[in-house]
Amino acid sequence: MLRAAAQVELNRRGFMRVSFAAAGGLFVSLYLDPASLAQEVALPQQPAKVYPPDAFVNIRPDGKIVIQVNRLEFGQGVQTALPMVLADELDADWNNVIGELAPAADVYKDPLFGIQMVGGSGSIAHSYQQYRELGGKTRAMLVAAAADRWKTTPDKCRTEASVVHGPNGQSATYAELASDAARKPVPATVRLKNPSEFRLIGKQVKRLDSRPKCDGSLKFGLDLDLPGMKVAVVAHPPVFGARVKKVSDGEARRVEGVRDIFEIPLAKGTGVAVVADKYWPAKQARGLLNIEWDFSGVEKADSTELWTRYKQLSQTPGAVAASRGDQNALDKVAATNRIVAEYEFPFLAHSPMEPLNTTVRFDGDRAEVWAGSQFQTADQMAVAEVLGLKTEQVLFHTEMAGGGFGRRAVTDSHVQREAAAIAKRLKGTPVKLVWSREDDVRGGYYRPMHYHRVEIGVGPDGFPVAWRHVIVGQSLLAGTPFEAMLVKNGVDETATEGTADTPYNITNLHVSVHHPKVNVPVLWWRSVGHTHNAYVMETLIDELAARARMDPITYRHKLLKPDAKKLHSTLELLDKQTAAWRNRLPKGHALGVAAHECFGTGVACAVDVSIENKRPKIHRATLAVDCGVAVNPLTIESQFQAGVGFGLTQLMAKGAITLKDGIVEQRNFDGYVPPYIVDAPVAVDVHIVPSAEAPTGCGEPPVPVISPAVVNALARLTGKRYRSLPLVTI
Amino acid sequence: MPRLRASVLVSAIVVATALWASASRFAGAETTSTAQGLAAWDQVYSVLTSPRCINCHTATNYPQQGDDRHRHVANVVRGPEGKGVPGLNCAGCHQETNADSTGVPGGHNWHLAPLEMRWQDINDRALSSAAVCRQLTDRTRNHKLDGPGLLKHHEEEPLVKWAWNPGRRPDGTARTLPPLTHEQFIAATRRWVEAGTPCPSGR
Amino acid sequence: MATFQITVNGERREVNVDPSTPLLWVLREDLKMTGTKFGCGISACGACTVHVGGVATRSCIVPISHIGDRPIITIEGVGNDAVGRAVQDAWVAQDVVQCGYCQSGQIMSAVALLKSTSRPTEQNIEESMGGNLCRCGTYPRIRAAIKTAAAQINKGGA
Repeated sequence: MLRAAAQVELNRRGFMRVSFAAAGGLFVSLYLDPASLAQEVALPQQPAKVYPPDAFVNIRPDGKIVIQVNRLEFGQGVQTALPMVLADELDADWNNVIGELAPAADVYKDPLFGIQMVGGSGSIAHSYQQYRELGGKTRAMLVAAAADRWKTTPDKCRTEASVVHGPNGQSATYAELASDAARKPVPATVRLKNPSEFRLIGKQVKRLDSRPKCDGSLKFGLDLDLPGMKVAVVAHPPVFGARVKKVSDGEARRVEGVRDIFEIPLAKGTGVAVVADKYWPAKQARGLLNIEWDFSGVEKADSTELWTRYKQLSQTPGAVAASRGDQNALDKVAATNRIVAEYEFPFLAHSPMEPLNTTVRFDGDRAEVWAGSQFQTADQMAVAEVLGLKTEQVLFHTEMAGGGFGRRAVTDSHVQREAAAIAKRLKGTPVKLVWSREDDVRGGYYRPMHYHRVEIGVGPDGFPVAWRHVIVGQSLLAGTPFEAMLVKNGVDETATEGTADTPYNITNLHVSVHHPKVNVPVLWWRSVGHTHNAYVMETLIDELAARARMDPITYRHKLLKPDAKKLHSTLELLDKQTAAWRNRLPKGHALGVAAHECFGTGVACAVDVSIENKRPKIHRATLAVDCGVAVNPLTIESQFQAGVGFGLTQLMAKGAITLKDGIVEQRNFDGYVPPYIVDAPVAVDVHIVPSAEAPTGCGEPPVPVISPAVVNALARLTGKRYRSLPLVTI
Repeated sequence: MPRLRASVLVSAIVVATALWASASRFAGAETTSTAQGLAAWDQVYSVLTSPRCINCHTATNYPQQGDDRHRHVANVVRGPEGKGVPGLNCAGCHQETNADSTGVPGGHNWHLAPLEMRWQDINDRALSSAAVCRQLTDRTRNHKLDGPGLLKHHEEEPLVKWAWNPGRRPDGTARTLPPLTHEQFIAATRRWVEAGTPCPSGR
Repeated sequence: MATFQITVNGERREVNVDPSTPLLWVLREDLKMTGTKFGCGISACGACTVHVGGVATRSCIVPISHIGDRPIITIEGVGNDAVGRAVQDAWVAQDVVQCGYCQSGQIMSAVALLKSTSRPTEQNIEESMGGNLCRCGTYPRIRAAIKTAAAQINKGGA
């Protein structure tokens, strides 16, 4: 999934467009000083909050440099990392750089995917080159303006910390030069820095958003407050897709502060919206509604029934995802040299800390939306559709989000559609739709349930000679715009990634998949198919290594294809970094190892685990990472230290969403319990393989390795293999 | 003088009976009173091991909640005095009175019963009637409470009385009450104490 | 609806609300103080943690009617004292936050711990912070930041 090193050419029109936007006014990509610009060209005054819709860099008269970030900041640090990349090439004074989340606009689309989004660990991978060029070109224009001013040539000038220096002691700040620079032609190409010239890239640069997140001042989407704003909650059907038949809302309407109650269409089925002055009365009123639901024609998914169905399906091959070598090789292996393993993975909710929310104001001929969205293009279009507007008539603000993990990237934009439907009815009044934690836990869009059946034929040398693998699980992409791209010959690649494309050198391999249709909405959960595929692969590889009485790192080196560079490099680094402790663990402790590559990044993990209070206690995790150029090693360290804490959601005793007769059995963090501090590793040390290759992502790669590493350690302690998640008993 | 001798004899018998009865109150001798005391103890035990009481009489580092007696949310722990730990003190969330709008119970000085008063094992299973009874009557472990002391505890301790006014759950439904009313519980305790706090035999 | 007088971060405030309203929503919607966060509404996650009468309290489950005149400190005001400031500074120095949504609550819990135990052990940290959920998983850096703050507090004699 790595892009070629070829530069992304940003043409002149794309980068600097001098245009008249709908809001009225002149937007220039480099410099926006509404008041003085208005004077200069006699334009109407700018409205209070406007964006330069086609700009990435805004150099303010006070010296602050505001850089638009083309994707959501939801913890991964992109609001620091991409501005950092641009600022380095720009030679900006980092102390005066501000990162802002860009609104929905064409110019902010992901260069590779062509939509404005964050996901697939692609922020740095896809926009690194783009932001470098933006910074380099902006610098070139500032230098050109200075050279003009001093009647010299650009090659005789140099830049540092937002200042251009001339050959004869002249100097001018970027702020002073900005309006002249804006009139310069945008260069078609630009020389970018040599890595040796980097001042920020490759360094441990602290996050820009730390302080406001520590003093309560940073506003998330849920914190938005607008004059006259109302708050809405929606009563969703208890079974996905059911419809409202009858509503008794007399008692609900009597709650003080309730403004309106009405039925709205949902992505599937219908629900009842309660609009109030504030959240508490809205929630109280919703609890007093008496709703009769129409379940006709609606399938009632049931976890027990699904397990039976999935297990049955796993007995026969499905749509072929990978097939090579001798398909009869397995039958030639004696039964005593075969391993048959069946794995169960439950539905998982993402449950980001900030409950889902969206605010919409519909004014008839335009609308404004505020949402912490991972999918701005799709969400903007969905709101426009519900409101009967053109996309350009919807101004879509990207708010800071309290986590996402994929939950805020939904192709059907169901949350935004609900908010728009309510706003439509309240025309002129902004309304904030809030999903409670119960709505979130019970609201669907889960990591799907999966069943795996694997048969391995083990050769005399302890390595697998044959591998037959059947995966059962809902297709994430069926019925979405991505289906055409990523579902081929009946195989949704997001279900087989990590297995079908395994870098282990298995000559005779057959991987197939069944995609049952189930009435439970499903969604990508941080690291997607790797969540279950890496677990299966890395626990089985570990079992094979143990059978062969080989060190788990050595075994993997031997079995991996030679060109699995990032896995070899990380296993080597892991070997070195764990040499001091991994074979010297105290009694009652055991080592667990796992290695996996996803989204272009290789990760090897070793954990030191004991059992305390009947749960795995992870004393230490050591991680080796190969992600190409480490753009911000501090961000990478944080992502991996914390990402493993997220990954452990899979092992929690109450880490499963289950359904009975169509109804989700869990309701909040009491029934679906994510990892707390006691469940996470006490200490995590992260080591990055030095590299000059193009950078690859770190958002998802921490997740797949931790759960198999931990259960591999448990296996050494208890002699059991853990193939059914969540981990209820050890 | 036969009448005088008869009345003296009757008085003597009455006094002797009274003396003998009061002696047996504290001697736990096998009498019908003991059988009644054991029956009364059965009733007391049924209350002590009902969720509203036993959830805070745990043997572990944590309280329980709910009729299914699952481990309390948010990993709250006992702490050195049974009052939680800094950042997670029981009284931080559990106020002086029930908060019915949010479903959180409250009472004065909300805290865990000391470990000496655990009525479960470390696997969260209720101890036997005999075991709980022995604990309750072991003056070296029960904070020196004698029979009347136990009775007073059952009558007056706010957290004990809370069990009969346990408030509403977050879903608005009323929490389950113990199997006896408070008055019945006190009466049973009294009978048990009067019988000399007899304990069933066995483990 | 009833009128309540409460003291928040040293200031006397008056609100007119339904007495059953949890303190969390009074802070967020009536006083417009959104630093205290809504995460679950059942006291399971700690995002709503404030100090009431000096005790760390989960504001999502305490109705305004139960507060009385006990002073309330929120994340917006916790930096007004040396311990609060040391914790916030340590959080920034150690680059703890990721999405940041849970961190108001984490900081309030950490301050409660450090005000009571200025040299917390690993176990103290695990127990006192044990009920604060972070979906991003910043726990290892939280541990480090608490130790940094403790060192600062003990050095400065806060």
